[in-house]
Amino acid sequence: MLKISMNEIDKLFKAIAESDTLYLPIEKGDQIEFYAYDDDAKVRLDALHTVKSAKDAFLPNCETMMKFKVEGKNIEIEEQARVSEEFVILGVRACDARSFAILDKVYLSDPVDTFYAARREHGIVVSLACSKPEETCFCTKFDIDATEPEGDVITWIVDDVFYWEAKTEKGKALTEKIKAVFEETDNTAVEKQKEEVKAVLDRLPLNSMDMEYLKGADMMELFKSPKWEELYKSCLGCGTCTFVCPTCQCYDIRDYDTGHGITRYRCWDSCMYKDFTMMAHGTNRKTQLERFRQRFMHKLSYFPINNDGEFGCVGCGRCISKCPISMNITKVIKTLGGDSE
Amino acid sequence: MQVNEVEEKKEFTPLIVAFCCNWCSYAGADLAGSNRLNYPANIKIIRVPCSCRVNPLFILRAFQRGADGVILCGCHPGDCHYTTGNYYARRRMTTLFSMLDYLGIEKERTRVEWVSAAEGVKFAQTMNEFAEAITKLGENRKLRDLRCEK
Amino acid sequence: MREIRELLVKKINELLENGTVNRVIGWKAGDFCYDVTPAVYTKEDNLCDFLFDGFCGANQSKYLINETKEEGKVLVLLKPCDSYSFNQLIKEHRIDKEKVYALGIPCSGMLDINKMKEQGITGILNITEDGDKVKAETLYGTKECDRKDVLLERCLCCKGSKHVAYDELLVPEAEEKELGGADRFSKVAELEAMTPQERFDFWRTELSKCIRCNACRNVCPACSCRTCVFDNAASGVAAKVNADTFEENMFHIIRAWHVAGRCTDCGECSRVCPQNIPLQLLNRKFIKDMNELYGEFQAGEDSETKGPLTAFTKEDAEPGIIYTRGGDR
Repeated sequence: MLKISMNEIDKLFKAIAESDTLYLPIEKGDQIEFYAYDDDAKVRLDALHTVKSAKDAFLPNCETMMKFKVEGKNIEIEEQARVSEEFVILGVRACDARSFAILDKVYLSDPVDTFYAARREHGIVVSLACSKPEETCFCTKFDIDATEPEGDVITWIVDDVFYWEAKTEKGKALTEKIKAVFEETDNTAVEKQKEEVKAVLDRLPLNSMDMEYLKGADMMELFKSPKWEELYKSCLGCGTCTFVCPTCQCYDIRDYDTGHGITRYRCWDSCMYKDFTMMAHGTNRKTQLERFRQRFMHKLSYFPINNDGEFGCVGCGRCISKCPISMNITKVIKTLGGDSE
Repeated sequence: MQVNEVEEKKEFTPLIVAFCCNWCSYAGADLAGSNRLNYPANIKIIRVPCSCRVNPLFILRAFQRGADGVILCGCHPGDCHYTTGNYYARRRMTTLFSMLDYLGIEKERTRVEWVSAAEGVKFAQTMNEFAEAITKLGENRKLRDLRCEK
Repeated sequence: MREIRELLVKKINELLENGTVNRVIGWKAGDFCYDVTPAVYTKEDNLCDFLFDGFCGANQSKYLINETKEEGKVLVLLKPCDSYSFNQLIKEHRIDKEKVYALGIPCSGMLDINKMKEQGITGILNITEDGDKVKAETLYGTKECDRKDVLLERCLCCKGSKHVAYDELLVPEAEEKELGGADRFSKVAELEAMTPQERFDFWRTELSKCIRCNACRNVCPACSCRTCVFDNAASGVAAKVNADTFEENMFHIIRAWHVAGRCTDCGECSRVCPQNIPLQLLNRKFIKDMNELYGEFQAGEDSETKGPLTAFTKEDAEPGIIYTRGGDR
């Protein structure tokens, strides 16, 4: 295991940024998001969550797919280059780190999404263990260990020291490049912190949530539950939950007429919106009840059925803290399971 | 040769959009034309039925697509063909332009002028002045869609 | 707060029992103490988990647009500031007054959980209000803060304890304003005094955070169009994302513009923004301008008067007046 003092952490950032683009939780306009590192950046590794999740690094909320120009019967197409340079995303929490595996199941299965695949290939994930989980966290429900996240490199912050341990080939290669900034150390402090944090994780209020009933539950039975009627009513139909969610993966493809050509881009879309999957036939989901049900059924039933029982949720708790009317996946799970009757 | 090219590029000709009401200002523009009064060719006139037809989105869209200045011309207050249209337009444009200023867009880029069908001279004068002011301000960078740039 | 809740439960049960209404839009307790969700209760629900505490900030008047389309009368609980939005919706004929029974309830200010979290109070398990203090039990011990520091933005410029519309009041209204006092235009004036470039930079930082989740629009009681211009593919401005900085600006300018003269300054837009963009500063700029140029006006104060942008006088200021205002004259 390697270490560097938090007072000198800028040295580490600079060392990485020298060869690769480095994305970090950075504060701008009093909100924290993953932004590219520069000398003026206000890095906030202490924050538990960024507003948007780390999926932005692999699935940006808007990206150009191609450009084209039509003249008479000729069409001139300009391909969009795929990401071809290494980049590092540092400070990814355990829940977000797991979300990449879920996104992979969607984007790397046949037909492979080449935009996403290129980013996954060139992206190096440096995850950061949690030291101060909050009440909204329920990653424990998905067998995620917040003290030992997944990733190419795992890091911990204990007191004023930043610990670094490479896990994969990619992680080791990165470590090799920047080795000079670190000192060797043992894992005593890290192990001690893990124990402390685990004690907190055991006390999380959402641990008591029953999810067992969802495993192998009858899809149609859940779909037809009368509970949806009471649950959906307060929903405003905004896209906050979808856009802050690390596992929501739907996008829309649009053309923009620039006046001298067409730019085809894709952007995140939300199943909460009424024009989601609207096509010429005009028979997409017509009511907010259907749209609301779709989002949660997808995460809790459709996705697990198609993916060996893995839920489409990582328990990061962003939707809990961000929903304007505090309706969220845990309330849905509890209500469907009959908990809060 | 090269020097000349560079200098040519430096000279900035603004693109200006003028919304003119059908009954007064458009006729005023016509009169300016038939009287052979000069006003810059880079002013693109869009004829609207009444100044109050102009939706704030029209103004923003003009800027989006590369306009450097937008001017709205209508009948003098009290002379509206539809009696009261320009009174509404007056309040709308005042508040909208004040908001653009609040967001840090140069306030000189937007203007409202009342031009009657008989005021060909005023039309030409207003346009010359406005074009000059915008040329001085330079290109609109703050309220433009960068995708639309060539 | 507890006494109010008890009175409220008694009143609601009475109104449900005697058939004045067949359901009520209330607040439902969540998993924690602060995640309160608006919910519709019928007689059969026995007001299970019904709650009224410092986290019932959500303005419920917009729910009436859908609720009044259904069978029977619905009971709505209006805090003084909510009653302005209610009145405004009645003025715009968006809700059928015959199908609503409005109960005016008192309010002593609502709390903002985000402000508590900003103060470093995280891992919150329970919150109790104790006079001027708010106490929080957290995963990391008990913490305390001043109530005035964690009030919702709108409560700092409270409109007062008077309801502008109701069928019945739960308790007599207090004569004196308990809260407020802050000048709601102070930040607007501060921005106006900056140079255009400073203002531009300020708004770029703020608006570039926008993720276009539409929460501000969907929660806004004044945004009551069936199909929003930004959802209408035929409008030419429909978009699901801000693909360019221009779109970030446009969405917020046009949204603020569309509610200008109708916005009651209820502050829901900035309350719900996941990115904490101070959206009320846009609405307040319009309000401030219209107050200064066309006379004081408070949207929702009554249900008849025309708003400033749907009225005019022959003596109105010319648009050129903006050249003489602002900090860079």
